[in-house]
Amino acid sequence: MKKKLLSVVLASTVVAGLAAGCGSSNSAAPAASTAKDEAAPAATQAATEAATEAATEETAAADEGKVLNIECWNTEFQSRITDHYPGYEKVDDTTGKIGDVTVNWHITPSDNNAYQNNLDQVLPDNASADADKKVDLFLMEADYAKKYVNADVTMPIKDLGITDDDLKDQYQYTKDIVKDSNGDLKGLTWQACSAGLIYNREAAKAALGTDDPEKVQEAVKDWDAFKATAEKMKKAGYTMCSVNDTYRVYSNNVSAPWVQDGKVVVDDNIKAWVDDSKALADAGEENTFDLWGDDWAKGKYPDGKVFCYFGPAWFFNFSLSADDAKSIAANGGWGYVVGPQSFYWGGTWIAAANGTDNPSLVKDIMLKMTTDPTIMKEIAQKDSDCVNNKTVLTDLASDDSGNLALLGGENPYKMLADGAEKVDMSNISDYDQGCNEEFQKAMKGYFDGNYKTYDDALAAFNKAITEKYPDLTTD
Amino acid sequence: MQQAKCLPAQADRHFFRETGMLTPEENTMNNKKSKVVQYNRWGYIFLIPFLVTYVIFQLVPLADTIWNSFFENYRSGLKQIGPNFIGLANYAKILSQGDLWKYAGNTMIMWLIGFVPQIVVSLLLGAWFTDPSLRLKAQRFFKTVIYLPNLIMASAFAMLFFTLFSDGGPVNSILMNLHIISQPYRFFASVAASRILVGFMLFIMWFGNTTILLMAGMMGIDQSLFEAAEVDGATARQIFFKITLPLLRPILVYVLITSLIGGLQMFDVPQVLTNGTGDPARSTMTMIMWLNKHLYSKNFGMGGALSVLLFIITGILSIVVFKFTGTDTDK
Repeated sequence: MKKKLLSVVLASTVVAGLAAGCGSSNSAAPAASTAKDEAAPAATQAATEAATEAATEETAAADEGKVLNIECWNTEFQSRITDHYPGYEKVDDTTGKIGDVTVNWHITPSDNNAYQNNLDQVLPDNASADADKKVDLFLMEADYAKKYVNADVTMPIKDLGITDDDLKDQYQYTKDIVKDSNGDLKGLTWQACSAGLIYNREAAKAALGTDDPEKVQEAVKDWDAFKATAEKMKKAGYTMCSVNDTYRVYSNNVSAPWVQDGKVVVDDNIKAWVDDSKALADAGEENTFDLWGDDWAKGKYPDGKVFCYFGPAWFFNFSLSADDAKSIAANGGWGYVVGPQSFYWGGTWIAAANGTDNPSLVKDIMLKMTTDPTIMKEIAQKDSDCVNNKTVLTDLASDDSGNLALLGGENPYKMLADGAEKVDMSNISDYDQGCNEEFQKAMKGYFDGNYKTYDDALAAFNKAITEKYPDLTTD
Repeated sequence: MQQAKCLPAQADRHFFRETGMLTPEENTMNNKKSKVVQYNRWGYIFLIPFLVTYVIFQLVPLADTIWNSFFENYRSGLKQIGPNFIGLANYAKILSQGDLWKYAGNTMIMWLIGFVPQIVVSLLLGAWFTDPSLRLKAQRFFKTVIYLPNLIMASAFAMLFFTLFSDGGPVNSILMNLHIISQPYRFFASVAASRILVGFMLFIMWFGNTTILLMAGMMGIDQSLFEAAEVDGATARQIFFKITLPLLRPILVYVLITSLIGGLQMFDVPQVLTNGTGDPARSTMTMIMWLNKHLYSKNFGMGGALSVLLFIITGILSIVVFKFTGTDTDK
């Protein structure tokens, strides 16, 4: 009888343990629906508490949400808000406060598409999500902005009460990128990302005998001049740059979008990038390092022996390691010229997620961070960003206030403003990011000699593209 | 609980009647000690947690995977395409592309690069550790140390190797400072070097585990056999090849099959080492990495079909290995 009792006790412990396992997961689920919880008696108490809590909060949020959720992939916008948005208080690395509204930063890095996967997961159901879980703002890049703009997960900014008049100082291209097929504007940016060539003054002196921007521009004014300079650089012991640095310069100057009628087409200018880069890489004049990798980043220091990077204004501040005293940037060792072809790169657009429960705060953030001239000027001066405001840029270009220490006191704003006027967005497509990424990956194999011919590499690219986008066809 | 308690009891009684045995009640009258048969049902009750977990987390997903493999079902950006029933089209597509065999080849090559040194080193270490005549000192310490690499997360280990062997990494600077090479060697641009690195990492991670398994097997061999061989004048080499190895065969087969199955599912090390690309030129892409590529577009159809094929391949290879290294003694 004792044994039997023991068995009963043990068996019921095991089974109860299993049931409790299910129970506790129910009570832990944040958005636990009451109906489901009633079925699991073990979790009833916890669930009731959670439900009551949620109910109280919902009444409190009847006016506008008390939590502002922002989806982003790095800390750039966060630091802009911390530094420039009036009334923002930092609580810790991922939270802050604006008045009595808590700001949550949800940072998902872009690697392996994690950022977009996350957005694809949360945005479609955003309208029905819990008040405190709703995404209010999210950030997007030009490469995939169309994907979100053309879907109804983003809110037209006119619905927030932002008028065309508010945006009169912004560059046209920054609006074109985020216009949906009906012509509604669905995002704003504080940056105008026309880009150019950022060169190492030391290297310019060594190989070209001068670091004067005008003379350097002469030496890289087109791709033939660029190649000739690359040869001189090699003799002087410098690598020109990475093949991946020049990619955007070519890919921004294409004559047709990547995808036409569901078919992936490699533009002639992109083919030109392959040919030029293969020649330069084979000659040892360019390296094939991946952007943002450790090897690539070594060029930011004098020992890296790299002549140039290609980048827009955010690159100055965000990517040249200016805060490290040993870097070239900290010693004002860079110069800026337009380079072989003008292009743009990146930029971060702020979009309001459909279903946001903080529309007026979202509107205020968008307006202050992208149109307010005082804040714009502050951003330009503090963060060496090229702001999306014609008046401010003209202002900065006209006097010494736009001189940047990391460029050795050069004032790049005239060039940046001119470049921004020229940016043409007519050839972007929903698939740009995947295509650009996979093309560079496949061609790296060709440059390194692991694919014998361009056609082999192209086949690898086609394969990777159809894996990523099964609905597209290739040659 | 109440219900559960009485139902099996009735079943029990039925069972006893069918088999012509005495029911426990009748039994009690004859012999008070034979109540033990009643405890059967507790066994089943103790099995419930496992069974429920298995059905929910293994069996249902397994059936679901097979079911999914017959559908066209993926996302393109925010658009959902499918699910549309397309029969065996996914299988046809995978098999006609021929990529699967290439990636299966990659997987096997990298597995072999890791497994061959692993089994040799493990046998050697196992033989040394279990040989009492060697009187190895600090055995416990070494057994722990060789097992340690397995405790590091595979992805962290791969990250470490990625940094060590990058173009400007420490390995290259050491080699250059020793004047062995003048230019940095680009490990990750070379097919052979990348594969060897993957194999080497798997070797480092798993040889400790294999050593412990083989040691357990060796310690299970009757010591008197070794003593008899020694008395008869057998050399250490003869003892190893004529006594230890043949008697170790069941454990060796077990190690081989588990390692093979683990090898076919190779993913984390090459994935992290090459940042998911399987580069250079997809020569380090394993079958599971390829499966992962399909999940970018949430392509459950292709992913499912690929998983089913992988399941079949694993099954066939395991049967082959098992047949060829059969445990019957008259071979």
